[in-house]
Order: sequence, then structure tokens, then C-alpha cells
Amino acid sequence: MIRVGVVGLGKMGLSHLSMIRAHPDVTVDAVVDSAGYILGVLSKYTGLKTFTDFEKMLESVELDAVVIATPTRFHAAMVRTALNGGLHVFCEKPLTLTAAESTELARLASARGLVTQVGYHNRFVSTFLEVKRLLDVDSIGRVTHVQAESYGPVVLKARGSTWRSKRTEGGGCLYDYAAHPIDLATWFVGDVIGVSGTVLNSIFSEDTEDEVYSTLYFADGVSGQLSVNWSDESFRKMTTRITVSGTQGKIIADRQEVQVYLRSTAPEIAGYQRGWNNRSTTELTDEVWFYLRGEEYSAQLDHFVRRAHDPTLPATNDFASAASTDRVIELLTLDAAAGPAVSFASSGSEAVTPARRRSFLGRRS
Amino acid sequence: MTTETGRASAVAAAAPLERLLFGDNQFFGINHRSEEKAREQAMRFHNLGAIMTVIDDAYDSGVRTLMCTTHDRVTEIAQRVRAQPERYEGFSFFPCMPYAHKYADAVTESGILGALGRFLPDEGLLNAMMRGGRSLAKKDIEGLITLLIDAEMAGFVGVRTPVIWLQNVVVDLLLGLGFTDAFAIFAKHVRSRYSAEPGFITMNLPMLLDHLERAGIENPLVCANINKIGFRMSGGIEAYQRALAQRQFRAVAMSVFASGAIPPREALEWIFDQPGIESIVFGASNRGHIESTVALVRECEERGRSSQNDRVGSGPAT
Repeated sequence: MIRVGVVGLGKMGLSHLSMIRAHPDVTVDAVVDSAGYILGVLSKYTGLKTFTDFEKMLESVELDAVVIATPTRFHAAMVRTALNGGLHVFCEKPLTLTAAESTELARLASARGLVTQVGYHNRFVSTFLEVKRLLDVDSIGRVTHVQAESYGPVVLKARGSTWRSKRTEGGGCLYDYAAHPIDLATWFVGDVIGVSGTVLNSIFSEDTEDEVYSTLYFADGVSGQLSVNWSDESFRKMTTRITVSGTQGKIIADRQEVQVYLRSTAPEIAGYQRGWNNRSTTELTDEVWFYLRGEEYSAQLDHFVRRAHDPTLPATNDFASAASTDRVIELLTLDAAAGPAVSFASSGSEAVTPARRRSFLGRRS
Repeated sequence: MTTETGRASAVAAAAPLERLLFGDNQFFGINHRSEEKAREQAMRFHNLGAIMTVIDDAYDSGVRTLMCTTHDRVTEIAQRVRAQPERYEGFSFFPCMPYAHKYADAVTESGILGALGRFLPDEGLLNAMMRGGRSLAKKDIEGLITLLIDAEMAGFVGVRTPVIWLQNVVVDLLLGLGFTDAFAIFAKHVRSRYSAEPGFITMNLPMLLDHLERAGIENPLVCANINKIGFRMSGGIEAYQRALAQRQFRAVAMSVFASGAIPPREALEWIFDQPGIESIVFGASNRGHIESTVALVRECEERGRSSQNDRVGSGPAT
């Protein structure tokens, strides 16, 4: 049995708590949240042991691991405390607000031999796992380009009162939404080495961006386009789509299906034919012990539990991997603030470099 | 069946469901296998008229129950049905609540407590505030749950709602948390206030049955994915089959075609080979699909009757 504490009972924390409490190899020995009301309800109706203070909880309960799902600005300190206390850590994404901190925490965990994981659940989506498998066997030849997109209906008017609407606390479309397609793109084609043309614009939000667009540069001349908008009501819920182009074909994937086009010169792949192929989640998805909101959420917690039992198992989404996504987020922020690389002077058609600077929200003042 | 206005009656509530229930996923851009297909359907059913045409086709084929979300659009369907009682004689809604995305997006925007505040019912606000306020103060969840149920039911006044379902995302959240009391609170309120049978939708059937038993809910009405390929049947297809054969509950099968992964005949023949399935929820976007599904089901029923092995529809397994 792995003894787990769940810290932060917002939308993600409650669902993690529900799933991990149902895991046959886990006991949830403590939950922590600053909101007394939710703790009171849980304590009264579920018998969970509740705390309002993280450190007090650590002092009074013996644990093997913690699941941290607090607002992002609290991650760094809590993760450090947990690691120093010898606990395995599952932390919601993004890991921290700076790549340097994320990297330092990855080093600390590694030095202490502790298991770490960050909640990039898309890497446990069966269709995206299939994309990874297809790329690992060079099914579409040499990859030339990746398009990473996410859209959804989160912010549809100028309103919002939680940390998710404040960029300084880890809210906003870049941290909340764009982190996912960025993480998938780096998983599929490798680390980002540079970014350009980044736009972080507000559509409705006052304190953060609602859309993120950028060009990503990877090793070996591979390029990428990032297109993310969380103020898009035409999508019923968050939808992430990845398109990978290669010399021998193309792969388009979302949570539901993988569409693969293989040229006649593409290598033989078992179960795939030349031309268009389609694999859907119904045939690709493995069963999970408990389903709440998508197999991937269950599968990622199961991965964490199994690694906590046996830290030698290969890691998916460890802190080092999440730190590299945090680095890309940092690059995008810097690039967006720099404004257009090339632009027309106000007097005429002569190109000037660099353009005037913009705020990180992309508002041209 | 329960009458529109009648009080709770154990006999009426336990009346068997119709064999086929019409689902509404196709009307709202929900498709588990394809985003493109989902978007096509969302476009096609943008107008209420297009939705009503399909519902009329279902009704005329003998499918007279709509198992539906509490989406605003469904409220409009309810208005149409209410306005033409002769056209829709015997038509029932089985509302499934809550419409989860509405809440999830509100939670992202306003936090959990802020979101709750936004969904209190408009009518009887004072009563709602009393119930809700007292609930918040006492950490007594009962008032809050009943308040949310009433808010979700507001659109179904004056139409038959003999069964009211709790959606899987909430059932399974509560299930994982071990919040078993909430099931009993839901069941009690649905029975007493709406004279309806409470139903529970889940992706974790075997585990839920244990908890419903603990909550004291006898012979519960439970809807779960039940299909030949075991798609989204957490706990495993064998555990589901054991539950169907051995546990006392009323099973409603959904996702029987696994979003099109199983050919219709094969899917339904398998369903009819399982014991204790009372009813099947299916979705279809046109008359042809509705009629062919109905015909296949009637054929399976007929074969079952003639082979004397019909355990489907013979009521709850005992």
C-alpha cells in the first residue's frame, strides 16, 4: 500500500482524490486545503483526515507520497518541502512558474531517489501514445513539421475571480491550456531550441492572455506551429490536436482518433496500409481500474503509484520532462514581450528591426 | 409508469422501462470516436427543428423516452412536447443531471463555491437561500444537493419525468471519494419531490453496486456502458457479466455499439445474450438508423421469446 496525501481540492485535486482513493494499492491518509468548507464536508461524509496546513499535515501523518494540485504559485515551495521530507511527488501542471525552479526540483528529486510526475495527462491518452509509437518506428519518415493546437470554451467574457485568471499565479491560456500541446509536441519531436513570432493576446481576460500563437524550432530543422485559444466557444470542451508531417506521410491525432496517411514509399507498419488509416480510441484504449473523466487521468495516477512501488520503472512526465516544458513557456513569454521581429515603420513600407516592445498581453499601446 | 402529477408510488416507480430509450449525445456534438463526426452533428442539429424531426421519427417508431442532459436545448424540446400533448402522448423525459461542462467551466472561472452560487434556482430564491445558506453553514450537504436537483429540473415542469438520473461524472466522483450518503440523498429527493425513480449512471458498475447497497438503495436503476468489446467498462467485462447474472439491480445498457466500433447486429445479439438487461439507450441521427435499430431489437426479442431464453426484459435479475 502506498500512503498518499492529496493537497489542494479544486477541480483537479478533487478528481485526483476520487481516482486515487479508489486505487486498490493506495490509502489516502490525509487531504489538505485552505477552504474549510470543503474539508468539513469531506470529513463529515467520507471520513477523510483533513488539514488546512500542509506542513502540519506532514508533521502529523506518515506518508509515502503526495499529490499536489494547488494553484501553481504554491507548487515550488510545497514540492521542495515534500521532497525534503522523502516523499514521492505527483504535481499538477505546470510544475512551477520558472524553468530554473523546476530544474532545481528535478535535481533535488533525482539526488534523493524520489519518484516525480507532473499531470500532463495527454501522454496517457491512447491515441497520442499511438502517435508516439508510430513516430518511434519512423512510420512517416523524417519528421519536418508539427502543428500543436488546443481550443476550448473557458473564458467567454471579461470576468473571472480565481487564480486561473491571473497570470502571476500561474493562470491564463499559456499555463493552463498551451502547456499541454507544447508538452505533446516536445514528446513527439524533441526539445524546443527556439521560438519566434509569439503572440500572447487577451480576448476577454483583464489579467492574462486568452490566445497563444507561436513558431517553435526543434533540432534538425524541424519546425512547429502552436495555436491555442481558450476563448473558443465553438468547441464543447478542451480539444487538443496534433498534426505531424514527415517525408513519408502525415499523422493527425486528437483524443478520439488517429488518422495516418502513409505514402507508397513509407515503411511497412503492422496494421497500417498505404494511404489513409484510422484508429479510434475505442480500439486503442486499455481498461483502467476506475474511470472518472477519461482513462488517461486514471492511467497517469496508476503510473505514479506503480513507480512509487518500484522507482526503477521507466518514467513518463517526470520533473525533468516538465521542466523542459516550463522552459518553452518562459521562452514564449520573452518572445511575445519583444513584439514582431520585423515590421513596417509607421511612415511607410520600410522594414525596421526590432519592432516596438509590447506588454506580455500583446496589447499594442 | 409514474403519472405526471402523482405522488411517489413504489409500484409505479418500479414499472419496467421501455426496451429502447433514445439518447441525446448526437444532438450536442458528442461522439466518442471522432471530433469531425461530432462537429458535423453539432452543425446538423444547430436548429431545434432538426432535432425535433429526429425525435418525431423515434416517437413514430415506438421509441417514446428521451434520456437527455439538462442542456438548455433540451428545455426547448420539453417546451415543444408540453405544447402538443396529443402529438406526444406517452412521451417521457429521463433527465440526466447535472450538465457537467456547465459546472466545470464555471469552476475554472469562479472556483467551486462561486460556481455553486451561480446555479441556484431562480424561483423560490428565498427558500433556496434558506436551504443553501443553512447547508453551507452546517456543512450539511443535503440542502445543497436538493437545491441543485431542483435547479436542474426547472426546465421539465409539466412533462413526464418518471426517471431522473445522476450523471456518471458526478456518480463516479462521489464513488471514488467514498461519499456514499450523497446517493441516498439524491434518491430520497427524486422520489419524494418528483415521484420519480432515481437512476445512477456509471463507468464503474461493479464498484457502484457495492456502494449503492451500502447506501441502502434497493434494486437500484443503474446505467452503464455494456458492450461486447468491453469499451469503458471499468472493473472488466467479466465483472460486469457477473454483476448482471448475480446482483439485484435494474440494468440499462449504454454504448452498446461502442460508438460504432461494433456492427449493430453483433452488438445487439450480444446484449440479448446477457442476463438482466432491462433497457438499452441508443442514439441515432436519422429515421433509417432508428428504424433499423428498432427492427433489430424486435427481432432479438422475438428470437429470445421463441427460444425461451429471454432473460432480457424479464425484469430485474434476482
